[in-house]
Amino acid sequence: MQMAATVRLQREPFDAASEAAKLRRGRGDIGAVVTFTGICRQDEAGAPLAALTLEHYPGMAEAEIVRHVEAAERRWPLLGVAVIHRFGRLEPGEDIVLVVTAAAHRQDAFAGAEFLMDYLKTRAPFWKQVEFAGGGRPGGKIWVEAKQSDDVLADRWTPRRAAE
Amino acid sequence: MKLRYFAWVRERIGKPEEEIEPPPGVATVADLMGWLTQRGEEYAHAFENPNVVRAAIDRAHVRPDAAILGAREIAFFPPMTGG
Repeated sequence: MQMAATVRLQREPFDAASEAAKLRRGRGDIGAVVTFTGICRQDEAGAPLAALTLEHYPGMAEAEIVRHVEAAERRWPLLGVAVIHRFGRLEPGEDIVLVVTAAAHRQDAFAGAEFLMDYLKTRAPFWKQVEFAGGGRPGGKIWVEAKQSDDVLADRWTPRRAAE
Repeated sequence: MKLRYFAWVRERIGKPEEEIEPPPGVATVADLMGWLTQRGEEYAHAFENPNVVRAAIDRAHVRPDAAILGAREIAFFPPMTGG
């Protein structure tokens, strides 16, 4: 079984369909491909948004994503993974992040993709800053606060330690 | 060692990175935050709630009790909001 992994950070847009096609090209063993795209919404906490700026920690962000891709590979029999995370200024409707997972069966592809997204949200060193549209909040820009619900989602993948 | 700051930690301190040489008594990440806090108002503002600030040593997440001995690069940043 051969596993192909792509991890990329980039300012430019990505093409989800072609990334998914690349993963499965020439592979007769892949029976399921899950493609998840995270998109910049037009509002944040009810206020209209002009743009989102993503700051990241170059070097660490790639390393952290690769670590989680490897963890996903150990956990599920994945046949291919692609993660692309954009940074810089993104406007509503633009893609932010892409996760593609391929496996023989859908359960593994779904689980692997969900695991990777939950970890990207809470462990990959990216920070979102919101720029409000005219008529939005005064002050213009705020850093998005981490959601506790995202931590809960990430924690569910960690097996509970036996009482020590 | 090199210190790097991101997001609102960077904004509050007013620079993205700097070289520092902490005194010998500064042994852990928590010690380092405490030492930085005494360097000025901007640091005190960034670390006013030290439990919120996250840290990485040489590009890997660490807890506040991690030893800083031998670290080349230590980063401080808010909880992450990627994805």
